[in-house]
Amino acid sequence: MVINSVTNTKNISPEVIKEWLEEVKDPEIPVLSLNDLGVITGINIKETGKVIVGMTPTFAGCPAMDVMQKDVETVLQKNGIEDFEVILSFKTQWNSNMISERGRKALKKFGLAPPPKHNLIVDIELIEHAKCPLCDGENTEMKTPFGPALCRSMHYCHDCLQAFEQFKPL
Amino acid sequence: MNTEAIKDLLYKIADDQLILGHKNSEWTGFGPLLEEDIAFSSMAQDKVGQSWQFYKILNELGETDPDTLAFMRNAEQFHNCQLVELPNGEYDFSLIRHFLFDTAELIRFSMLSESSFEPIALLSKKIKGEVKYHTMHANIWIKQLGSATSESISRLQASLDYAIPFALGIFEPSKFEEELKQEGIFEGEAVLKATWLGQIEGIIDQTALKMPSLDQSHLGLGGRYGTHTDHLQPLLDEMSEVFKVDPTADW
Repeated sequence: MVINSVTNTKNISPEVIKEWLEEVKDPEIPVLSLNDLGVITGINIKETGKVIVGMTPTFAGCPAMDVMQKDVETVLQKNGIEDFEVILSFKTQWNSNMISERGRKALKKFGLAPPPKHNLIVDIELIEHAKCPLCDGENTEMKTPFGPALCRSMHYCHDCLQAFEQFKPL
Repeated sequence: MNTEAIKDLLYKIADDQLILGHKNSEWTGFGPLLEEDIAFSSMAQDKVGQSWQFYKILNELGETDPDTLAFMRNAEQFHNCQLVELPNGEYDFSLIRHFLFDTAELIRFSMLSESSFEPIALLSKKIKGEVKYHTMHANIWIKQLGSATSESISRLQASLDYAIPFALGIFEPSKFEEELKQEGIFEGEAVLKATWLGQIEGIIDQTALKMPSLDQSHLGLGGRYGTHTDHLQPLLDEMSEVFKVDPTADW
């Protein structure tokens, strides 16, 4: 249940909490906030003042999810919230289309090709032709659909002759 | 809901994932090419992570915690099919197993994403997208090496002939096929097997490989009921060595 700050002396709102969460980044991609990654699925403040933050995992086996959950808890504590719960659930399912425009720009700047937007059908055609984040070249080749983290694939650009990684479409 | 039937289903899926994930991880540092080393390591990480999610649902249904389930049971308490516990062998066998198993798994999760038991449906829907990368990888290599040199073709063919009876063990019916079907939890192993066969043949037909005879189905059975090859117990002993020395160890 979402209520306004009428009964809440601290005058906090879901919007304010979302703003606090801006400082929590993906530990493996430190330029990308959880808000921009799209893994924060809901922020609710109960009548009792208890704060509930919903999160959804990117990949079921992603080891960074634990860290992200703890980082969210730390931010809530730091801002004086004592009664809170951070719930990880698959009810709202993450897909890479949920990465914001700002997040996509941050990924590219970081050197990772942002995932192409898709209609929720990921096939080989979609992942094979990544745009090089270094030179914007389109003459690229996928080397392997796997990479140094579960969410990355590896590619080679024939225009600038550099290897690069892509955040996988999922 | 028939909780016993759901638990049986969850155990076999979780155990398959955990054991094959562990076998895949044995390629870390030994892959024939760097990309393959990374591929098998990534698939290992996916599978072990996915097994944890299934053990977590079991935990919510009253079983003990995921780590204890993973590390403190003996071989006869595991419900994985025998295919996943076989040694990695050479790369050709690992590749064939990956192809046969992951094709079945993607179909299983697609079926389960429609399950009437919501926790399984939600998780399966999630995992389906991840496993798609695994089958994509398997299909590329089977098509490539299954049509390349006489050595690559004969190696893959020998591994395929050896693995097929064990692969059929994936679909060993459980005691609860009818209950699961009636309650809309899972359509059943027979449906899964028929779809799998069509997809496997569809890829094999694009190569120089030949589909082996399927009439050896008496082999490779029993895993779902706790009958395993001699390979499983030593694997479990190795996996759980640290946990048994210090259950509170963290890394």
